[in-house]
This record gives sequence, C-alpha cells and structure tokens, in this order.
Amino acid sequence: MSIVTVQLGQCGNQIGHEVFSALCSDILGTHGLCSKNENQSYQDSCKERFFCQEESAVPVARAVLVDMEPKVISQALATAASSGHWRYSSRSHFCQKQGSGNNWANGYCVHGPRHKEAIMDLVQREAERCDRLGGFLTVMSMAGGTGSGLGAFVTQCLRDAFPSSFILNHIIWPYGTGEVIVQNYNSVLTLSHLYHSSDALLVHENDVIHKICAQLMNIKQISFRDVNQVIAHQLGSVFQPAHPAGGGSGYSRNPLGDLMETLVPHPEFRMLGLRNIPQMPESSLPYSTFSWPGLLKHLRQMLIANAQMEEGIDWQVRPPHAGSSIPCTNKPLHFNTSIANLLVLRGKDVHSVDLGSFQDPSLYTSWLNPQEAFNAWKTPRAFNKYEKSATLVSNSQFLLKPLDSIVGKAWNMFASKAYLHQYTKFGIQEEDFLDCFTTLEQVISSYTNL
Amino acid sequence: AVSLPFAVGQCGNQVGCRFWDLALREHAAVNKKGIYDEALSSFFRNVDTRSGDNGPDIYKGKICSLKARALLIDMEEGVVNEILQGPLRDVFDSKQLITDVSGSGNNWAVGHKIYGCQYRENIVEKLRKTAEHCDCLQCFFIIHSMGGGTGSGLGTFVLNLLEEEFPEVHRFVTSVYPSGEDDVITSPYNSVLAMKELNEHADCVLPIENESLFEIVNKIHQMISSGKLGSTVKQNSLVTSSAGSAKTVPEKPFDAMNNIIANLLLNLTSSARFEGSLNMDLNEISMNLVPFPRLHYLVSSLTPLYTLADVNVPSRRLDQMFSDAFSRDHQLIQADPKHSLYLACALLVRGNVQVSDLRRNIERLKPSLHFVSWNQEGWKTGLCSVPPVGHSHSLLALANNTCVKPTFIELKDRFMKLYKKKAHLHHYLQIDGMEQSCFSEAISSLSDLIEEYNELDATKGGPRIDPSRLKIAV
Repeated sequence: MSIVTVQLGQCGNQIGHEVFSALCSDILGTHGLCSKNENQSYQDSCKERFFCQEESAVPVARAVLVDMEPKVISQALATAASSGHWRYSSRSHFCQKQGSGNNWANGYCVHGPRHKEAIMDLVQREAERCDRLGGFLTVMSMAGGTGSGLGAFVTQCLRDAFPSSFILNHIIWPYGTGEVIVQNYNSVLTLSHLYHSSDALLVHENDVIHKICAQLMNIKQISFRDVNQVIAHQLGSVFQPAHPAGGGSGYSRNPLGDLMETLVPHPEFRMLGLRNIPQMPESSLPYSTFSWPGLLKHLRQMLIANAQMEEGIDWQVRPPHAGSSIPCTNKPLHFNTSIANLLVLRGKDVHSVDLGSFQDPSLYTSWLNPQEAFNAWKTPRAFNKYEKSATLVSNSQFLLKPLDSIVGKAWNMFASKAYLHQYTKFGIQEEDFLDCFTTLEQVISSYTNL
Repeated sequence: AVSLPFAVGQCGNQVGCRFWDLALREHAAVNKKGIYDEALSSFFRNVDTRSGDNGPDIYKGKICSLKARALLIDMEEGVVNEILQGPLRDVFDSKQLITDVSGSGNNWAVGHKIYGCQYRENIVEKLRKTAEHCDCLQCFFIIHSMGGGTGSGLGTFVLNLLEEEFPEVHRFVTSVYPSGEDDVITSPYNSVLAMKELNEHADCVLPIENESLFEIVNKIHQMISSGKLGSTVKQNSLVTSSAGSAKTVPEKPFDAMNNIIANLLLNLTSSARFEGSLNMDLNEISMNLVPFPRLHYLVSSLTPLYTLADVNVPSRRLDQMFSDAFSRDHQLIQADPKHSLYLACALLVRGNVQVSDLRRNIERLKPSLHFVSWNQEGWKTGLCSVPPVGHSHSLLALANNTCVKPTFIELKDRFMKLYKKKAHLHHYLQIDGMEQSCFSEAISSLSDLIEEYNELDATKGGPRIDPSRLKIAV
C-alpha cells in the first residue's frame, strides 16, 4: 500500500525533502546486513510505499508540495533532482507568492478555501497513481501560518474527500523560546482543529531534536538542516518496511493502518511521541556496537522516565507495583503512563530479542491488556547504516508537559488580548479561540488522569 | 512578492536614491549570471528596451534593462532631476515620477491638502499602473521625513490613498523624525500632524532620528581614523558607504546617513528576496511585532557597522554582533531598549549563521531584557542565507519597545511650545481644509499614544498573577 505525503509550508517542505532523501539513500545503501532476498523485498516495499517508478526512470516521490511562497519548494525540487537518485514530480506542487504571514487565520480562512480545489486536485491525482492507497502523511509545523493554518484546512479536506483513509499528521513543535511570537496561538488553533479531523498526531519537538544534535551528534554549529536530518532519520525508522508481529513473512501492507490500530484505541488520545536510539555521528558508527538488551533497557527507562534522549536518563523512576490497579493519585511522581506502545526494531539478530519488559502491565493504563497495548515490528534489514536501531512510538504522557506549557502561554497572551486583532481580521474570533482552548484543556485533562 | 517603495519629498528621494543604488549593488554581487530571477523581481522589472522605453516586461531569462518598481514624488524638482541625470537615470522612467516646481514651503497642510488634492488622480493612476506590473504585491514602503512639507504632508496623504485603494497590502513607513535643533521651525507641527496619520493608517512605522545616524557616522569615522582596527576595513562593508555602487560623484553630506537607512530597508526585505532556512516575510514582521493596532512603532538597529578584511570570524565576534544590536549606540533613534519594556522583538540574521548561534545568543541576552508579562518569550527570528555586500553575516533587530516614548514626548513638548503661542499657525489655517481641530485632534492622538506606552510601563503589560486556566469537569 502506498502513502501520499503532503508537505505544507517551509518546515513541511524542508523536512519532507529530507525524509525522501533519507528513505532513498537507505534503500540504495549497501549496509543492509541481511540476505539478498530480504534486501530486495525491503527495497520493493519501500518503493511501492513512497515512490512511483516508471521503467528505468528515477523514482518519483509520492508527494504533494504546498506553500504560499515559492522559494522553499523551488529549492526542494531542485535539490531532489540534482541527487540523481529520486525526484519530485514536476506537476505535484502548488505555491503562491505572498505567504501567510505567520497568521493561522490567513492560512485557514483565506488561503484554504481559495486554493482548495487546486490543492485537492493534486492530491487526487497523486492518490490515483497508487495501486492501493494506504493513507496520508502530512508534514507541517504548527508555529507558522501555512503549515499550521492551511495544513489544518487541508487535513479537513482530506478527511472529507477520503473518509475511509488513514490520516497521520506529523507535526513539528517549535522551540520554546520563540521562532514566531504568535506560535502558541497558532499551535493551539492547529492542534484543536487537527484533533477533530486527523487519526493521530505524531510529534517532534525542536528543543528535543536540538539537544540530540548538540549532545549526541556532536554538531557544533547546528543548522535547521541538521535538525531536519535527525527528524528524517527518526521518521524513516518508523515508516521503512517492517514485519508486523505475528504476521506472515511479508512486510506490512498497511503501515498507517497498523500504526493507528496499535496505538490509537480511543479517539480522545491521539498524541504520539517518538524516541529512537542509538543516535550518533555517522563517523562513530563503525566503532560502536550495541546489544538489543542494552538498547531495550534504555528505551524502556526513557519511556518510564520521559527522557528525551539516551543521555541523562533518570534511572530512579520506577513503575508502580505490577498487577494492582493504581488510582492515579498513588502513581509515583514523574512516571510516564502509557496507553499503548509500538517498538520498531531493525538490524542484526532482531529475531532473538526479548520484549517482555515492555509487556509489563505496570507501564500501562488498565483499559487494555498488555498484549494489546504493546506491539512490535521487526526487520533484520539494518536501517540507515545503524547496525541496530530501535524506535519507540508511544501514546503516553510524553507530550503532556509540553502541551500544557503551550496552552498555558497561549492563554496568558489571550487574557491580555494581544495580537487578537490580527486573527479577527481574517475571520477567527475570540469564541473560536475559546473553543480551541476548551478542546485542548480536555485533552490535557484526559492525559493527566491516566 | 513585490515590495513597492514610494519616495516622497526631498529626504525621501535622497534616501530612495541610495536605496536603489545599494539594491543594485547587492543583487549584482549575488546574481553572477545576469539572469532575471525571483529575487530581482521584488524590486525591479526587466524591460525589453531595444525598441525604446515602452518595451514589454520580460519575466525570465537574461537581464535586459532593469527598472525600479517605485514611485518618486516631490513637489520640487531638484532632487528628482539629479537622480535622472545621475548613474541611476536608466532605472527610472518618467511614468514613475510626480513632480512640481514650487515645493511645499515646509508646510504639512500644503503637502497634504493642496498637493494631495491636486495630484490625487495622477498618483492613483501611476500607482495602479505600477501595481499592474507586479504579479503579487505584498507591501508598500513610504520613505519620507516628518519635519518638512512634502514628505510629511503629501507622504501621509499617499499613505491614506494606499489604504483606500489597496486595503489588504501592508503599509510600512520609514520616517525620519526631526531633531530638536532642526532648522525648520515648524517641524514639530508638521511631525505631529503627520503622526496622527501614521497612527491611524500605517501598519508599521520605523522611526529614524538624524542624531542617531549622525552618531553612527561619527563612530565609524573615529574607529577608522584612530588606527585601532587591526586590519583594513572592507570599504564596501561600511553601513554608511556607497563603495562599489554606481554612484561615482563625491559623497554628499547626507549620503553616509542615508546609506544607513537604505541598508535598513535592504536587510528588512532580504529574507523575502533570498532563500534561507527560516524565511521572514514582511507580513510576518507586522503580524508578530504589532500586538495592538496602534502600537506599531518599531525601533531598529543594524550590526555590524563594518567588517574587517580578515575572513575567519570566531563565534565570539558573532556573539558581539548580537550584543551590539541591543546597545544604545546602534539604535536608529535616540533610545535605549535595554532599559525599557519589550512588547516584541524580531531578529533577522543574514549570512552564515545557524539556528544554534541564534538560540545561544537569545539565551545569553534574555536575562538582561525586560519583556511584557504576556510575551515573555516574544522573539521572532529569521535566517537568510545571503549576507549583505562585504559581510559574512549581519543582524537587523526590530523592537516594539516603550523606549520610543521619549521621542514622542519630546515631539509633543516642542509642539506645545509653538502651539501655546499660536506661532506660525496662520500659515496652516489659511489653507483650505485646515482648521484648529486638525491640530487639537493631532496632539490628542499623540497624547493617547504616549498614554498607552505609559500604561504599559506602569503595569509591565498585565495582571500580577497568571490568569487562571479553563477548568474541565473530570
């Protein structure tokens, strides 16, 4: 099944481009560390999922590029084409000239309706190029105006036009100390709207990735490109082909569907966080070896203690006593409760991995039994030159604090009515803001009371 | 997307002239192949002049003849004529000029009421024609001074006109405010009358004071002649210099100061023209820096003022650039943002600077700055890959800060000194359409604005305690 990616705004287009680059270089690499058949199967599956290939031509990404200004898309198209390994279709992009001015209302109320037909036309054509459509992945930031506002509008249109398809929004959360002053407003508006039309929100936080770049990747002068490449690596580690547990020997035919099924049992809980280890500079890879037990131990503690990366993990945090149903007031402090978790394991000896520690009921809420709450996908095929790579996609309290922080700051600004005139002039009124705050306070409350 | 400048009056046109010259220099440095690209199109049309000046626009391919997208308006001919006889003569054509002979006599009312009325049709027609050539008009720039008659009066008339004809296009105004020693006696009247218009019809105003420009010019002079600089200064990197541009005649007294303003405008629009990892459009500037409609006065600073010839820039020097942006002596008005209250701040960085450099410096400088309670992290940032000519990196800081208040208070005081004695009022009141109420309304508008800044300074912007969040029934 194929996934159509919709890249929205500067961030969405910059990241989307890095993702396709990473996927392509992974399948073309010679570091697979597995049998020739396995490798071939992996390549074919990836190509079907993300690329469209005619005969001997260069694979074309299954993507629609949307932006309200032309510079970023031009660059993405040109850079992809110059790689020689893949490209974007020359007719799958839509751009305007004037931008959205970091104004969610402009993106949602003005650009959205105005350009709906043109954009959905491109999406429709891309969808028709798929033998079987597995769903949509949108890539966007929530801080600006296009990715956030137009992105929310397009997501709604996708839902209306493809009611039975899966929609996963990959969202970038901005740095806490500002890239955009009205980012918290734009974020609140985006998240609340997406909650109503999307299936799940997969989140990357700039602050977290930045730390990874600084402390694990040892990059001195970190650029957005560095950040985007780490994000692309992490996304690739989830979406490259893998064998679902218990399935036959084939790669998953329905990655988005599988993801939703395992991770989103309840519509009130849609926020997914991502952790991927190990992360290191490429130059160190040949000198490092890891064991699955070691990796899993770290990943489990990262989950429990809500650690952002594999350094600085608080090993003191322990789950509550197993077996009993714990009222939330008795839960140990700082313990991150999960609804559902998914592990994606790639590389050498993956078949021998013992996953018992992730099936511990004390990690989870009591609604699902651990066999349902936890799932694992595996492939012996190594990913992106990492001999072993483990990714955790988690529906847990990972994002509770950041979400609460964003809502708090937005509310503080809203109480003073600052910047509201910029939104009302495009059609978003105070009542609309209040509705959005209510939606998100509900989400925060739900996750808090796990 | 096009930014369309209007140079109005003597000061406006002198600055405008420097602006076009330095813009050409900047694009020539980047555009080695002579191809007419997206970046060039924001300021210039590409016209096929082989069969004369009225040739068609060429949208792609080689540069034929670049014409500035602009309107030059002056009620005296001197400055505009000079431009048309100088090295920039081919950049403009007569259809972009609106001139008269006798000037406005340093009288806002003459500029606004008389010439406004007289030239309205002409201006609208030329504006429409110019806009037609733009496939996407993003914003207007008005460049003018506040103290005289044409720039101040006719300039603000044009501002009104722009709002009527193109209400959705953002209006940025670069206004040169008169100093206390200004030799035009009635400059306070002209400025306050113009302020009312700026309050009501501009989206963003970048006030400039000649004193600040003068101090910067002197500072550079001193640094160079003191011999303290280890290696040679790159001439074309000086924020005050015309080196490398088309201008070949000896520099006029105001050229250095006007170059600073020209560089301000180039830096302001750089991210809209050139690529970068975090683009910042002009619409984004007004969105993020104007939390309440009338509080739209932005204090600007440009760093560095010059570059030395040695190429390697240790990050210490990069950090110095950020520190300088907040220092009193780099601001383009007499103001000290560090000791006043920030409502919002924007940093537009050009050149080889990455997000980690930006964040490191914000973290470092934050503790010494006071931000309003509802915008504690009020930073808007942009990263443009292309540095200005002669530099490896540069920074433009825009602050919505209560430090503009003293400028306005002094202006009000100078106004009141004249107004109480009714000095020179008759020159204004004898103009058709002018009444005493124009003055009282104007000073009232200015007083209200000052009051809003006072309020902010007093309360730091908000309630002492965080407003309580919405409660959800569990």
